[in-house]
This record gives sequence, structure tokens and C-alpha cells, in this order.
Amino acid sequence: MEKPRLIREDGLRHDGRRPNELRPIKISVGVLNKASGSALVEYGATKILAAVHGPREIPLRHLLLPDRAIIRCRYHMLTFSTHERKSPAPSRREIELSKVIRESLEPVVMTEMFPRTAIDIFIEVINADGGTRTASVTAASLALADAGIPMRDIVVGVAVGKVNNVLVLDIDEVEDMFGEADMPVAVAPSLGMITLLQLNGVLTRDEFVEALKLALEGANQIYRLAREALRNSYLKVRVEE
Amino acid sequence: MSHTPSTDMITPKLKMLTIINMLKKGMRSTGRGLLDFRPIEVVLGYVPNADGSALVRLGNTVVVAGVKLEIGSPYPDTPNEGALVVSAEFMPTASPTFEPGPPDENAIELARVVDRALRELKAIDLSKLAIIPGRKAWVVYVDIYVLDHDGNLVDASSIASLAALMSTYLPKVEVDEAGNIRVDRSSKVSPLPLNHKVVTVTVSKVENVLFVDPDLEEENMAETKLIVAVSDDGRIAGLQKSGSGGLTESEILAAIDIAIKVGNDLINLITSKTLKQN
Repeated sequence: MEKPRLIREDGLRHDGRRPNELRPIKISVGVLNKASGSALVEYGATKILAAVHGPREIPLRHLLLPDRAIIRCRYHMLTFSTHERKSPAPSRREIELSKVIRESLEPVVMTEMFPRTAIDIFIEVINADGGTRTASVTAASLALADAGIPMRDIVVGVAVGKVNNVLVLDIDEVEDMFGEADMPVAVAPSLGMITLLQLNGVLTRDEFVEALKLALEGANQIYRLAREALRNSYLKVRVEE
Repeated sequence: MSHTPSTDMITPKLKMLTIINMLKKGMRSTGRGLLDFRPIEVVLGYVPNADGSALVRLGNTVVVAGVKLEIGSPYPDTPNEGALVVSAEFMPTASPTFEPGPPDENAIELARVVDRALRELKAIDLSKLAIIPGRKAWVVYVDIYVLDHDGNLVDASSIASLAALMSTYLPKVEVDEAGNIRVDRSSKVSPLPLNHKVVTVTVSKVENVLFVDPDLEEENMAETKLIVAVSDDGRIAGLQKSGSGGLTESEILAAIDIAIKVGNDLINLITSKTLKQN
């Protein structure tokens, strides 16, 4: 892939977005039949399907906890979701992301209500165009809510990047690949809590403060869309009655 | 599949409350302050057969990092550069909860966090590691083994990796006209070229208290932690929130200020320790 001009002369990004502008975001909740809860989330060309099964009993009883549910989470990419075919074997990246995504959701799920059970979250990256882990957090938390699992808040994710020395919101794959820094963030906005934070790249302290502010603003916009999508999924049920 | 850990060590509730109450008053069980590391010992050249190595003792935590240089093919997108590969293993010697077998998610996360800090900062000057540009280059393998686990494995590993890299020398290489490469490992010609030094400082949170370098008991009761990679010029070279739980915006900023200050002191300490031994 050729490196495009990441910040154009007019100050806009390679796809015409302003630095603080999200990609078009589409969210639908309750898209699967058999799962307890599900959601399909798109950030531009990034497309993520999340399903939740449970709370349920599992055969691996030694994993279960006496005072709360455990959460199991798998972030998984389809082989054709990337430019080069992704090997179907689990990669180190997928293993790490499964962990950080699970840890971004643990603080909001009221696991203490379902002791000795497992809540299973399956995240499928259908198409990857940057920001897959943050879109995954949004999708997974909506799938949990759709499953009717009590939660303290919905968690939404968004990545901030630094490209050509400009901090930009919701970076896509080109900006991630050719940019200087990628900082995924997940937020529980009503709790005022940041539950996922990573930085791949180098920032000064001042740049970081700016980047975090940008991420929180983006997260608030996605939060509104997420709540609206969740509400719509229930409105539909009422109409069908 | 990643799941909520269930094999963690159990700390008696009374002890846990005591530790938490002390942390709230700014005290630790061993008498150190919230922003104090445990005593650090760095032994360079612990593994003579490695091209660079360091054994690090951080209190009772023991980590050994070794560097091996191998000749390999450069990546197609960086044909004139060497490559860096970081891996980590938690040995069953370190804890009764560590099982033999391929690295688990914690070891993978640790290796990837250390890798990202070194890589993004360009800590190693990979552009100087080409042997035959476009065809052959040095591959720097940094392998981290946790031998004894008493908390804060990430920081101990990042210190060990940095010290091992600082003690690594490139062997003598001759390339003849036919393109054959001859390596003479008995003569070490120049130190591995480094642009920057970097360490991680993991800031842990218990209730509203932030502190560094937890021992195993403190670590097990921490709600969450923020790993901050700090460069020798005071920049943030990587971040990773690790563990269930969350942080507020102000806690994150406070953690970063702590990390930048403590990280700078750590880099100076390691530099002076390695200079003495090199």
C-alpha cells in the first residue's frame, strides 16, 4: 500500500474527515437468533459482530467462582477480514486483545448476581479497517445489554491517533499503518471511568492530555448512538405487539 | 479465550484490610513509600552464552532477559533494517500457579508491552543492523524469563530487557564478494546501537490510592493498573491498562505524572548500574 497524504493541505484527513470527526457509525442490536444477546457495529468499513451466551453453566467447573460469574471473551478475526489472509490460528495479538477487551467490560457487568456461571462473549471481526478493538468493546457491551445482563453502564470504545503531528479521532487502517501513534480508549461515560487504555506510539505528556480529551469527546458521541440503538431494539418489539 | 482469572493467590481478609488501610495512609508493609521501588539488583552477563543478558532482582521478584543476535532476512517493508522480536515466558519455578506450556495471555501481554515500548521509541537503531542491505540483517531476539514471582513482573522485565540490550555487543561480521557471511562471535566489535532508553512504570490502584512496584500481595488486591512506558527524554512510549477495573481521567493523569518522574529515576539508576559493570 502506498502512503497517502494523511493530512491534506486544507487540513482535512485522507478520507475528507476533520481531525475530530468520527467515521459514519452504524449500530444494530439483537441481530442474532440463538444468542442471549448480540450486536453488529460498524465504524466506517470496520464491521464487528458480537454475541453473548449466558449467564450459563459450563463443563469446566474449576474455572467458576463461588461469589460471581466469570466472563470469558474471545476476539477473533475472520481469515478474509484483512488485506492479507489472516491465518486461522489464534495470533498473539488476538490473545492480548481478548484479554484487554474482557478487562474493559468486567468493571460494568454485575457478575455478583450470577455466581458459579460463565458469561461468554464472542467477537467476530468481519471486516478490519482500523479501530477493531474499540468497535469490539462497543459491540460486546451492547450484546451484554441485549442479553439482559445487569450492567452499571455501557462501555464504548474509540481510538485516537497521531498522524503528521495532528491528533485525530477514530483512526482507520491507513492512518494506523502510516501514522505515528494509535491510542485505543474505552469509556463507561456515566461512571466517568476509563476501562481500556493502550498506546502504541510515542506522545509527550501534553499530547497525551489532548489525545485523551479527544477520545472522551468521541466516546460521548458513540455513547449517544449506542443508547439510541439499544432503545430502538426495544421499540421494535413494542411495534410488533 | 480469555477468562476472569480464578487461580489467584488468596490473601486473608484481615491482612488485606490492613494493607489497604496502610496504603491509604501512604504506608507499605516493608516501610517504603507509595512511590518507592523495592531494592533493584542488576547482574549483567549472567548468561555468558547470550549476546547480552541481565538478571534483575526487584525485591523478591527475579527475571532474566537474554539477547541473541541471529542473521535473518529483513522484513519486505524495511529491507535495510534489522528486526526485533520480544517474547516472554512465566516459568513454573516462579509460582505454584504457573503451568508449563506455551505462554498464557499474561506472558503474551507482557512481551507485547515491552516490545511496543522498544519498537515505537526506536530504542534500538535497527537501521544500523543491515548486513547485506535488502538481503540480510541482524534479528535481535529479546527473550524474557520470569524465574520468581513476587509482583510487578512487567517493570522487572522491562528493566531486565533494557539492561540486557545495553550489555549486548555485535560480533564481527565479514561478507566476501560472493555474499557469504562469516560471523566471528569471539570478537565483539561494537555495542548494539541504541537511540533511547525506556522502562515501564506500572502504577497500581487500590481504592483511590496510586502506588508503584507492588509486591504480589499488593498486586492481587489492586483493582487495576496502568503500565506506562517512559523514555529517557520524558515522553510516554506506550500505555496499557491491565487488570479488571477502571480509572478516572484524573487518576490516569496522576499515574502518568508519577510514572514519568519514577521512570526517569529508574533509567538513571539502571544506566549507572550497567556502566559500572560493562
